[in-house]
Amino acid sequence: MKRLLVHILSRACSALGVYVLSLISRTRQTNSDSISRRLLLNGIAALALLASSELLVPAYALANTTLNPGSQTALSGDVIDLTIGEQLFRLDDRTGPAMTINGTIPGPIIRLKEGQQVTMHVTNRLKEDTSIHWHGLLLPPVMDGVPGVSFAGIKPGATFTYHFPVKQSGTYWFHSHSGGQELLGMYAPMIIDPIEPEPFRYEREYVVMLSDWSFESSETLFSNLKKQGGYYNFQKRAAGEFLTDVRRMGLWTTIKNYLMWDQMRMDPTDFADVTGYTLTYLMNGLSPAGNWTGLFRPGERVRLRFINAASMTFYDVRIPGLTMTVVQADGQNVQPVAVDEFRMGVAETYDVIVEPAEDRAYTIFAETMDRSGYARGTLAPRPGMSAEIPARRSRPLRTMEDMGMSMEGMDMGGRTDPHGGMAMPELEPSGDTQKMKLSDDNSHREHDHGVQPEHGLHTKPGMNVGNQGRSKIPGAEPVKHGPDDHGPGNQMVAEYSRNRLGEPGRGLEGSGRRVLLYTDLKSLVPYPDQREPEREIELHLTGSMNRYIWSFNGKKYSEAPDPIRFRYGERVRLTFVNDTMMEHPIHLHGMWMHLENGAGEYLPRKHVVVVKPAERLSVAVTADAPGPWAFHCHLLFHMDAGMFRVIEVLE
Amino acid sequence: MMRGTISLARFSASFCAAVLAFLLSDGIALTIVAAQPSIDFPMTPKKSTVTDTAQHGKVPAGPTASKASVAVGSFAKQEGTRSKFFPPGDWPAPVNDQEHRLFTLIDVLEYRPRTGGSQGHDDYRWDLEGWYGGDYNRVWFKSEGQKDTAFKADYDVDFQLLYGRFMQKYYDFQIGPRVETQTFRGRNVTRGLGVIGIEGLVPYNYEFESSLFVDQNGAVSARLAFTKDLLLTQRLILQTRFETNAAVQRVEEFTTGSGLNNLEFGGRLRYEFRREFAPYVGISLDRSFGETATFVRQEGGNPSQIRFVLGVRTWF
Repeated sequence: MKRLLVHILSRACSALGVYVLSLISRTRQTNSDSISRRLLLNGIAALALLASSELLVPAYALANTTLNPGSQTALSGDVIDLTIGEQLFRLDDRTGPAMTINGTIPGPIIRLKEGQQVTMHVTNRLKEDTSIHWHGLLLPPVMDGVPGVSFAGIKPGATFTYHFPVKQSGTYWFHSHSGGQELLGMYAPMIIDPIEPEPFRYEREYVVMLSDWSFESSETLFSNLKKQGGYYNFQKRAAGEFLTDVRRMGLWTTIKNYLMWDQMRMDPTDFADVTGYTLTYLMNGLSPAGNWTGLFRPGERVRLRFINAASMTFYDVRIPGLTMTVVQADGQNVQPVAVDEFRMGVAETYDVIVEPAEDRAYTIFAETMDRSGYARGTLAPRPGMSAEIPARRSRPLRTMEDMGMSMEGMDMGGRTDPHGGMAMPELEPSGDTQKMKLSDDNSHREHDHGVQPEHGLHTKPGMNVGNQGRSKIPGAEPVKHGPDDHGPGNQMVAEYSRNRLGEPGRGLEGSGRRVLLYTDLKSLVPYPDQREPEREIELHLTGSMNRYIWSFNGKKYSEAPDPIRFRYGERVRLTFVNDTMMEHPIHLHGMWMHLENGAGEYLPRKHVVVVKPAERLSVAVTADAPGPWAFHCHLLFHMDAGMFRVIEVLE
Repeated sequence: MMRGTISLARFSASFCAAVLAFLLSDGIALTIVAAQPSIDFPMTPKKSTVTDTAQHGKVPAGPTASKASVAVGSFAKQEGTRSKFFPPGDWPAPVNDQEHRLFTLIDVLEYRPRTGGSQGHDDYRWDLEGWYGGDYNRVWFKSEGQKDTAFKADYDVDFQLLYGRFMQKYYDFQIGPRVETQTFRGRNVTRGLGVIGIEGLVPYNYEFESSLFVDQNGAVSARLAFTKDLLLTQRLILQTRFETNAAVQRVEEFTTGSGLNNLEFGGRLRYEFRREFAPYVGISLDRSFGETATFVRQEGGNPSQIRFVLGVRTWF
């Protein structure tokens, strides 16, 4: 009887909470400057109630020590207090230790206004050092929050005050830059409203923060990977799949293919180091069962601010039944692109606008790149609704191109596969007509909202996706490596690297959906510095899955602690050659990376660029921020294993 | 019982000697290496990031091949001076890429039921190894224990403590001492050996372990082992195992003839309840040859055996 009462009460609270939420977001939209503090506080209180009611547990378990997941409240103003604490996080039926910002996972949304000065007091209530890094923000180097590069970190019991001018707008986030704290829940969204009106319109907005959670400690995860690189991969090729492949492709072709991978000591199923075996994928702090829900009125335009705050997970995001119009990438306005699906590298953000017209629920489906799980939420006209959850796709396979190998001298027997080789894509060179057509489609895609670009794609020779290179892979370029192929800590080298900006990424090919490509990203307005880079620095992304060593140019950070130097004011090109078989989200602190994707003067600028296996990708950086800056792969354990550098801009 | 105690005492004495020898030779080198803030590998030519890029800068490849690539690296050189970036000593490192870990793999820990006849015995066998260290430099330890195999009539226990250096992307080069104890004509015999080994992953994903041994009297022997995992499902895994021993000199006390000593094939079907814990059943075909077979027979052993095994593979 008591439980029933609690249940009813909690339902009522949920409804109230969602109502208050929508009220807040509507208020903000119409009058974003003047959210009264009281309304916010009310909102927080209601949301706390909402969140705790979600737990659906006996009243005695609703103690203060248990977290309140899934809140969508915001802090703003010139002075903001944040407290880092240790708490218990409850997820479905399990509870585990977590580290939180202001007591929730994710932490509170911080909402600022471009042009303001902000002061943040961050108090550490943990037993260990902590830090907060403002991801994607342009600020003084001492405010960047990277222990060992910007400052000493925040000691237990201490308060560190961040103070910086807000010089940009868009969707960002902030997170701990200390050890594995990010994986334990220390991340939160940051929204900066622009001074100028937004170049697109919407009636409602939500932050959709994707993340990953494990009940194993981050030390355990890292240690397991160091001892057995494939520890978390339970989607390897086993006997059953071998037999299926034999039936489809014939015995000899299959054996040759399996032997080839074995011969190279590589695993073609290696898409995620940490998988759904131990991770639960969260949307705004809620598990798929928790079903985070954002409400809308049919016909409204809803802006969704997607942030990938996961430590180790790439997401493929779609909302079946809705077309998403990408209007911002990494907080920067881009020419709107309508897509059905987009891939989010770790730490990227994408803002999309959807127009749910029907009076029904829509599932926000964020499937992991390795297909071992998903995060899920719902857009619904009323609380408590849900829509069908799409079936998970089968996990993709790496191909010879991902290995950076020329297709020459290799007998491609797989053409016999009538189904286009989804199961054995390595037998399909990606220059096949289907993919080429796809990228052509994308370049001629209609840009809605009336912001038609006045330029063509592929303005630079050699950027053309269809360009026939020296090997049979279109665009492939032979790569030179050091005499020892980057030393013992690097497993393989890409003999051929290529421009893969026009590819959707492994696992998204040939689906028939319109998938966002890096070549689709074109800034809305040209950025001021249009200089051709004066010099180029080539960095190879290197590593060894067997030992779980990750590095740049074959050297871990501890082996190459000297900074990479930029001259203040120079325009420099960073060229990444990915010698590994994994995607790496490369993050530069303090300065924008202008992605050289062939968009001419409309190069988009990003704080994270995903470099695909065997890809050669370059970004132009205007070195306008003196000081030392962290530069690293944003996969938490790749960074911690040594894929990290300091870039120093010297005046 | 008495015999066991004595052998244990002798064993531990040799072990202590081995540890001492280790510390005097490789141990110190390792300590020195570990004490340096940035490890300089004599195996790899030392290059800074900038020289690396200079080298790559000559490659005219890339989607937007740079005309300025000649200038790559020159800036750092002309600058010449040390960087301004001097993090104070009390700042932590931004990443933990030098952590040391301890790993122990008990690959074989099994019960071998008697196979019938008066000669068979219920007995046990183990084969374990592990390391302590970072990514490149490790202290390795290995131990094998066997009883009533085609190679060893009664029991045989050995222990190795090695310094290992990671090289050539897949291999650990190992060097250090080994002690071996077994029974011979009813008494315990122990010897010390020096070991040079290479262990790693060879093409086609075979785990490979090879060792060259020189004992205290100069007798040379060698061991070679391959294992490979075949995935029947994600958790049901068949490990195939091949091992062989060979010797240059005859060492009768250790039932070792000159030439090929033995060949062993095994198949162990394990189920990984967790990656770290997998019980298994298996079969082992073991046979010794030539002089070795004769010695084993003289000791009352069976130089040709087919044994069923029941065990657990575990690591931590």
